[in-house]
Amino acid sequence: MRDFSYLRASSVEEARRAAAMPATMLLAGGTTLVDLAKCGVTEPERVVDISHLKGLDTIRVDAQGAYIGALAKMNRVAADAAIKSAFPAVSESLWQAASAQIRNMATIGGNLLQRTRCAYFRDPATFPACNKRVPGSGCSALEGVNRGHAVLGTSDDCIATYPGDLAVALIALEAVVHLGDRTVAIDDFFLLPGTTPQKEHAMQPGELITAITIPASPAARRSTYLKVRDRQSYEFAAASAAVGIEFEPDGETIRDIRIGLGGVATKPWRARAVEDALRGKAIEPDIIKSASRLAVEGAVAHGGNHYKIELAPRVVERAILKTGAMA
Amino acid sequence: MTIVDTKIKHGDASDGILGGRLSRIDGPAKITGSADYAMEHFPEGMVHAVIIDSTIASGRVLAIDAAAAEAYPGVLLVLTPDNAIAIKTATDWTGAPPPAVPFEPFAREITFNGQHIAAVIAETFEQATAAAALVKVTYDKTVPISTFDDPRAGEGYPIDMMTKEWGDAEAALATSPVRIKQEYRTPREYNVPIEPHGLIAQWTGDMLTLWEPSQWIDGMSRTYAEWFDIPFENVRMLSPYIGGGFGSKALPTRYGAVAAIAAKMLDRPVKLAITRPQTFTAFGGRPATRQTIALGATREGKLLSILHRGDNETSMNDVAVEPLGSVISIMYATPNFSSRQNLVPVNTVKPGALRAPGENPSAFGIECAIDELAYEVGIDPLDIRLLNYAEEDPSANKPWSTRRLREAYAAGADAFGWAKRNPRPRSMRDGKQLIGYGVAAGTYPVRRTPGEAMVRILSNGTIEVASSGIDMGQGTYTILAQTAAEAIGVPVETVMVKLGDSSLPRAPVAGGSQLANLMTGAVHKAALAARDELIGIAINHPNSPFRDLQANTLTIEAGRISSPRDTGAGIGIAEVMRRTGRDRIEALRNTLPEEHQNAKDHFRNFTTIATMKSPTEGDYSLHSWCVHFVEVRVDVDFGTVRVARMVSALDSGRLYNPKLAESQWKGGIIMGIGQALLEEGLVDDRYGRVMNNNLGDYLVPTNADIPDLKVISVGIPDTHASVLGGKAVGELAIVGVAPAIANAVYHATGVRVRNLPITLEKLI
Repeated sequence: MRDFSYLRASSVEEARRAAAMPATMLLAGGTTLVDLAKCGVTEPERVVDISHLKGLDTIRVDAQGAYIGALAKMNRVAADAAIKSAFPAVSESLWQAASAQIRNMATIGGNLLQRTRCAYFRDPATFPACNKRVPGSGCSALEGVNRGHAVLGTSDDCIATYPGDLAVALIALEAVVHLGDRTVAIDDFFLLPGTTPQKEHAMQPGELITAITIPASPAARRSTYLKVRDRQSYEFAAASAAVGIEFEPDGETIRDIRIGLGGVATKPWRARAVEDALRGKAIEPDIIKSASRLAVEGAVAHGGNHYKIELAPRVVERAILKTGAMA
Repeated sequence: MTIVDTKIKHGDASDGILGGRLSRIDGPAKITGSADYAMEHFPEGMVHAVIIDSTIASGRVLAIDAAAAEAYPGVLLVLTPDNAIAIKTATDWTGAPPPAVPFEPFAREITFNGQHIAAVIAETFEQATAAAALVKVTYDKTVPISTFDDPRAGEGYPIDMMTKEWGDAEAALATSPVRIKQEYRTPREYNVPIEPHGLIAQWTGDMLTLWEPSQWIDGMSRTYAEWFDIPFENVRMLSPYIGGGFGSKALPTRYGAVAAIAAKMLDRPVKLAITRPQTFTAFGGRPATRQTIALGATREGKLLSILHRGDNETSMNDVAVEPLGSVISIMYATPNFSSRQNLVPVNTVKPGALRAPGENPSAFGIECAIDELAYEVGIDPLDIRLLNYAEEDPSANKPWSTRRLREAYAAGADAFGWAKRNPRPRSMRDGKQLIGYGVAAGTYPVRRTPGEAMVRILSNGTIEVASSGIDMGQGTYTILAQTAAEAIGVPVETVMVKLGDSSLPRAPVAGGSQLANLMTGAVHKAALAARDELIGIAINHPNSPFRDLQANTLTIEAGRISSPRDTGAGIGIAEVMRRTGRDRIEALRNTLPEEHQNAKDHFRNFTTIATMKSPTEGDYSLHSWCVHFVEVRVDVDFGTVRVARMVSALDSGRLYNPKLAESQWKGGIIMGIGQALLEEGLVDDRYGRVMNNNLGDYLVPTNADIPDLKVISVGIPDTHASVLGGKAVGELAIVGVAPAIANAVYHATGVRVRNLPITLEKLI
C-alpha cells in the first residue's frame, strides 16, 4: 500500500470535485477499497472519505418503489421491513452476501462497485498481465485456475466474474442507479468486458452513486434470491438467481417474470431469453425446466468453470419454482 | 515410591479434580483480550521486516535491484543473500548432525513459487511493505514441475522404510474371489491458523530473545542457538499463548532466521509477521497424496489381501514423508499385505505437518475402500468392519494395549440410529435433498517422550507449576493445574501454571498428540515429590503440629493437612509453611529413564525427537481409536453436500478433562468436514503457484456448515499408554471424518468421489 492523501469531503459536491481528479478513490465502508489496496490492485494517490456525508443513507419505500441512499449499510437494508415486504429478493441477496461484519460496514453504493475475486487480477506482484488492471497486457485466467470464472458475457480479454449478490436482484427488478444529476438503468450501468475490461461501469470521472431506486411491481413483491455456493455462509455464488413473478389472475399463468443471474457472468446478468420463453406460460415444471436451459445460451467455459453451464439453469429452475410457490 | 498410592482411575468425572469438566483457565484472559500473544509485545526501538518472495517456481535469481527500496523513507536495510551475515546450519529435529556449511535463509536457486529471496526492514510495517514492492528482482526462469500429475514429475523415489509387507499380497489378490481396485486422492491442504506466524527477535549482547508462537520452545531455541553459534541458555523464547498451529508452528523457519539476522545487523528488535498469502508458502501444509488400493476378499467380505501403493508430493530438495501406510496397515486383519510409498519431487515448498499427518490420508484411502468392498459383497459397511476386526496389531504382531473400537462402533451406531439406514444407495430422500448415511473409522498412535516439570508449594499455600511446554488452545494450562491440584490435594484455583517460556523446565514438542500425557505424567511426579516433602516437613519439623505422627497417616485435602486422629478441619498448608519457616517447597522432576539422567541425554530428549517412542515400542501396540457416523444431505440438482448431523465415538483412554478433550475432538471433526468438502490448494500449473492463498478463497468451514456434533467417549484408562492412563486426543478425531462423509455421499447419490474435496461439480 503506498502513501495517499486523505480528504474528508464536506459535501457531495466537494466529493465529486475531488473524485474528478486522477488516481482518486472514494471511501465509504472501505471493505473493498482497503482490501484491494492491501493486495496492490488499487493504489490511489487521493482517498476521499464520504462515509459521514449526511442524507445519503436514507431508506424509503412507498407505492412507487424503494429509494436507498448510497451510504445505507447492507445490514440495514437487508433488515428493513418495507424492503423485505416489497422487495424480498433484495433483502435475501444481502443476507446471503459476505459476512455479518462486512455487512455492518459495507454500503450499498460500494456493494455495487465491488470488484472481481479473480485471483490473477488480485495479485499484481505475481501476475503483471491482467487486461482489467493494465489494458492490453493479457489475461492469465483464460488458461489458469478458473473454477470461479464467468461463462456468460466473457470476451477474449477477460472472463472475470462479477462477484456481488445485490446487483443480481437489482438487475431482475430493474433498479435505477442515481449519479447525482443523472440516472442510469442498472443493466446499462454495468458494462461487458469486451475489449475494455478495465471499464466496469458507466460512471464518468467525478461521478458518484448517490442512491438506487427500485420500482415497485407485483413481480418485485413476489421475488426471491437463491444462492448456491460451496459453503453455507461467507462465500461467493457458484451460481445464483433472483426471480420475480407476477401471475395472471388465474394464479398460474405468468404475466411478468424477471430473472437475474449471479456468479456465472462478467456482469449482473439478466436472463431475458428465459423470461421471454415463460411470459404467458403456465408455471409447470417441464416448461420451467426447458425454459431455464436458455439461461446459458451462448455460454463459454474455460475448463474449471464448465460446471456452471450445467448448474446455472438448475438454479434458475429452482428459483422460479420457489418464487411461484410463494404465498 | 510415594507415600500415598494413586487412586484407581475410571476415566470419567468420578475421578475428581483430574477428570473433571473444568473450563479452560486461560479462557477469560483470551476472551477479554488480556492474554498477550507472542507478537503482541512492543520492545523499545522495534522495527519491521517484510519478506520478499519469488514469483516464479523454478529458476534462478539473476539480480536484486534494491536501490529504490533503499531510498524509500524509513528503510533501514534491504537484506539479500549478498549482505546477510553468515549463520551456521543447525541440527535438524531428528538430531542428525548438521553439515558444516552456512545456512542461507534466502534462496538464489528457486525451487518453488513463494520462496523467500530478500527482506526489507523499515521503521514501520507500512514503510517496509511499500519498499518491498519497489525491489526489482530479475530471474532466469525454467519451466516448473508444478504437481505430481505433470508427466515430467515421473514416479518419484521409494521410501523403503515405509514398506510394510507380510504374506504374499499380489498372489493372494490374484486368487481372491472378490477384488476391487481404486485410486484415492487428497489435495494440498494448509494449516491456516488464525494467529499469523512470525516473531519478534531482539539481541542483548549475545543473548537472543524471541517472542514467537511455538509448539516446541526447546527445539526451536536450540536451532536459533546453533544458527548464531551461541549457548542454548542464551536463547530466551516466549510463547505464552498460541492462536492455532495444527503442526505448523513446531519447527524453526527461514523467516525466523531472517528476523534474527536483521535484528543482529541493525541492533534493533525486529518484528516479522508473515502475511496470510505467505502462510501457504513460508512453510508447508499437507502434501497432495494419491493411493492405489486393491482389496481381495471372500464373497462374504473377509479380507484376503491388501495391496497398497501411495505417493505424496515433496519439494525438490527435501524428503517430506506423509506416511500413507499408517492406518491401512493396522485397521483390519488380513493374512496378506503390502504397502509401499514413493515421494514425487515437484516445485513446491517442503510439505509440513498438518493434523494427523499420514493417518489422515491413509484413513481416507482404506476407509473408502472397505466401504466399496461392503457394497461389492452386499453387506453393511459396519458389519464388514466387524468381520475384519483386527484383534491384535496385524503389522507389529503385538496385542493392543486397549482398542475400544468395537465399543465405539456399538455406541456410535446406537446413538446415530444406524439401523434405520436403507442400505441401497440413493434410496433415502427428503424433497430435493438426497440423504446418505456413512461410517468410517480412524486411529492415531500414542507417541511418548519423557517430560519435565517444576512444582512449587509457596508460603501462602498456593501451588506453582512451570514448564516450557505450550498451550495452543488444547488446554495444557488447565489439565496441568488439575493434575497438580489432585496430586497434592489442593483446590485447583490455588494452582498457577506457567508455560511457554524457555527459561522454565524443558518440554518436548507439542506434536503427535503426546503433550498432555507426558506433561501430566511429569507434573504428577513433581507434584507428588513436592507433597512428599511437605508431609516430611510436617512430620519432622520441631515446630510442626504434626511432628509426632507417622508419615503415612497424614492426608491433604482441599489444601488442608490433617491426621486421622484430628477430628477438626486440619491445618492449612500456608500455616504449616509458616510454622516450619519455609518460604517454598520445590520439586523439579523429569520422567527420563535412569540411564538417561545426564545433561547430554536430557538436552537431546527435549531438543530433538530422537527419544520419542513409537507406538509399538514395548510389549503393546498403543493407539487411540474412533468411528464417525455421518448424515449428509446432497441437493439433487446442485450437488451441494451439507453435513446434517454427526455422531462420533472415540477411545482416547482416560480423559483428564472431558470438556476439553471433547472440544479438541470437535475441532478435529470440524477440520475434517472442511477437508472433505472445501479445502484444496488450487495450483496454476504454468506458474507452480497456489492461487487461492487467502482465507477468502481457501475455504474452511463456517459455523453455518457445522451441525451439532455428538461425541461419545468409550475410552478406559490405559496405563500401558501413559502414567495416568490417557491416550492420544488432539489429532485423533480428524482421522476418518473425510471417508465417513465420502461414504455418506455415495450412499446418498450413488456417486463415489475418490478425490477430495467433494465439491458440487463432482456430483452434478
